Amino acid sequence: MPDNRLVSLNDVHVHFPVQKNWLGQVKSIAHVLNGIDLHASAGETLGIVGESGCGKSTLAQVLMGLLPPTRGKVSWHTASAKPNIQIVFQDPQSSLDPRLPVWKVITEPIHVQGGHSRAQLRKIAGDLAVQVGLREEYMDRYPHEFSGGQRQRIAIARALAPNPDIIVLDEPTSALDISVQAQILNLLNDLQKARNLSYILISHNVSVIKHMSKRMAVMYLGQIVELGPTAGVLQKPAHPYTELLLEAVPDMTGSFTMNGPVDLPELPGNRHLPRGCFFYDRCRYRDETGCHLAQPLRSLDAEQKIRWVRCYKNIYENSIRAESTETSV
Amino acid sequence: MQGNQAGQTDELVLSVENLHIEFPIYKGAVKALNGVTLQVAAGEIVGLVGESGSGKSVCAMMGMRLIPSDSYRVTRGTIRQSGKDILALSEKEMRAIRGSEVSMIFQEPMTALNPVMKVGKQIINVILQHQSISRAKAREKTLGLLREMYIADPERVFDSYPFELSGGMRQRIMIALAFSCEPKLLIADEPTTALDVTVQKQVLLLLRERARKTGTAILLITHDMAVVSQFCERVYVMYAGAVVEDGLTRDVIKQPRHPYTQGLLAGLPENVKPGTPLKTIGGQVPDLAQLPACCSFMNRCGRKEYICRNVPDLLPLTSDPSHKVACWIVQEEDERNAR
Repeated sequence: MPDNRLVSLNDVHVHFPVQKNWLGQVKSIAHVLNGIDLHASAGETLGIVGESGCGKSTLAQVLMGLLPPTRGKVSWHTASAKPNIQIVFQDPQSSLDPRLPVWKVITEPIHVQGGHSRAQLRKIAGDLAVQVGLREEYMDRYPHEFSGGQRQRIAIARALAPNPDIIVLDEPTSALDISVQAQILNLLNDLQKARNLSYILISHNVSVIKHMSKRMAVMYLGQIVELGPTAGVLQKPAHPYTELLLEAVPDMTGSFTMNGPVDLPELPGNRHLPRGCFFYDRCRYRDETGCHLAQPLRSLDAEQKIRWVRCYKNIYENSIRAESTETSV
Repeated sequence: MQGNQAGQTDELVLSVENLHIEFPIYKGAVKALNGVTLQVAAGEIVGLVGESGSGKSVCAMMGMRLIPSDSYRVTRGTIRQSGKDILALSEKEMRAIRGSEVSMIFQEPMTALNPVMKVGKQIINVILQHQSISRAKAREKTLGLLREMYIADPERVFDSYPFELSGGMRQRIMIALAFSCEPKLLIADEPTTALDVTVQKQVLLLLRERARKTGTAILLITHDMAVVSQFCERVYVMYAGAVVEDGLTRDVIKQPRHPYTQGLLAGLPENVKPGTPLKTIGGQVPDLAQLPACCSFMNRCGRKEYICRNVPDLLPLTSDPSHKVACWIVQEEDERNAR
């Protein structure tokens, strides 16, 4: 495997103190990330899916350096040893400064670094605008004068400005309409090809992940429960949670075949972590032989080490789904 | 009733006929709805899809007349609920209908629920508003409703404030509220957009189960074609304030006829090979304040011809009368092929 890794995370934990007593002593802790091992390589898109509260956005903040990990390490393998990473947020309405004209919004990251004249910055902004499909003439307008899709283009242009190695895309199309989503996804793919960019794409939309990324990670309660090539993970989920997640994604058959249990237990809180497998309460395959133990991430393919799962049984290989499909309402 | 192609000749719980609504603004008006015709029969689950600004939420709000009456003008058309013309009702009469005959679920349950009132009390209040039963009975009924929502410990939830509950749990409370008086029609405006997929699935299943049990019809407003595909029997597709296509969900999703619906479905990542460019619809949605007097999709349409300078009507196709399309070209083509 060619080692063109840009960043790797080693056993990253993030804990927040959430409650303090009157002496200022911490009473309870939110365990947001609980041992993340992950790497991103040059030119690839790494998809990350998971439900709200699973730590996706905290992971993005750790990557951005906005949040130091409580435990574990984030190492950069880039030439300058100084991470060059940018982010595009979900809601372009709130992530663009409403009081700056667009050319200033786009060039803010390099303006902060200093060393560019006003004319240079304007020129850079104009070039980037054209690359993301905005007209150069619009550079003196303000963010509110643009539509949602155009604003997301501005956010992408801003992320491109310092010529980053990695862009974290935190739900980049969730706030957009389908037809605009298609435009933005196309733009992101084109930019990646043209600039050999790496993306870390955080989304709850499995079809977006499937379309954009070759490799994906599934997160649950601050852990990666499954990691591997997107096609493999989606077709043959090896973790019961991945399976549950994929079953819940409505398909486009128009067949109203949606069924399953209505009374699924909720996502457990992250104040007190479960002792054994984090997914125990919601797992349909749970048993008493191994599930009460903490589950390490184990490799499913001995030699290549690209497919990982945090479950001691491989539900796909053992094909035990048939016998435990329960009939419910 | 002709055109009600679900085959149900029984009661139409909601019937909107050629509705035109505009919001007056400085020097002009935003024409939010431009001829919406839709019907929901008793017990039916119908989808209404469209992108932002297509008028689907205005439709939903008008279904309960929730928009302040001095802010809009109905220029043409009617809205009937079980035969009653609700545009002619007084505010007092409308209040009696809301909650008991029609109820609504919104996208964000946190903003729809009262944050400083325990959820149990909120449900009790709705029940007491519409039914003459004692407070103790209403409490009993509320706990029963919560239990029917598969809430494991209804007593605890009853005494909780909305902020103490998760998003999925809050939406269940909204559903319990909406079904508390067994309405004939439930308008669900993006009920699962703020929820995770696993929770979305549970909420949709729950909605469907309750609706079947109480015989309530559901008008589901969403932008998610996949949800419609799994949940609705029929679907209306809206564009620029008008219905452009209407038919059985299966037909509309598998064989969309209107160029807009075709473009919309082609833009979904589900429908192409991963990594390949997605098809996009060029151009932009027309400004509703300056709507041209032609087919509203004309400026973005790849098939436009001279005839598109006239506004098309939503008409059944000759080949399949249950499938209606508002497009001159498609109608003509279909007629030619059917002959």
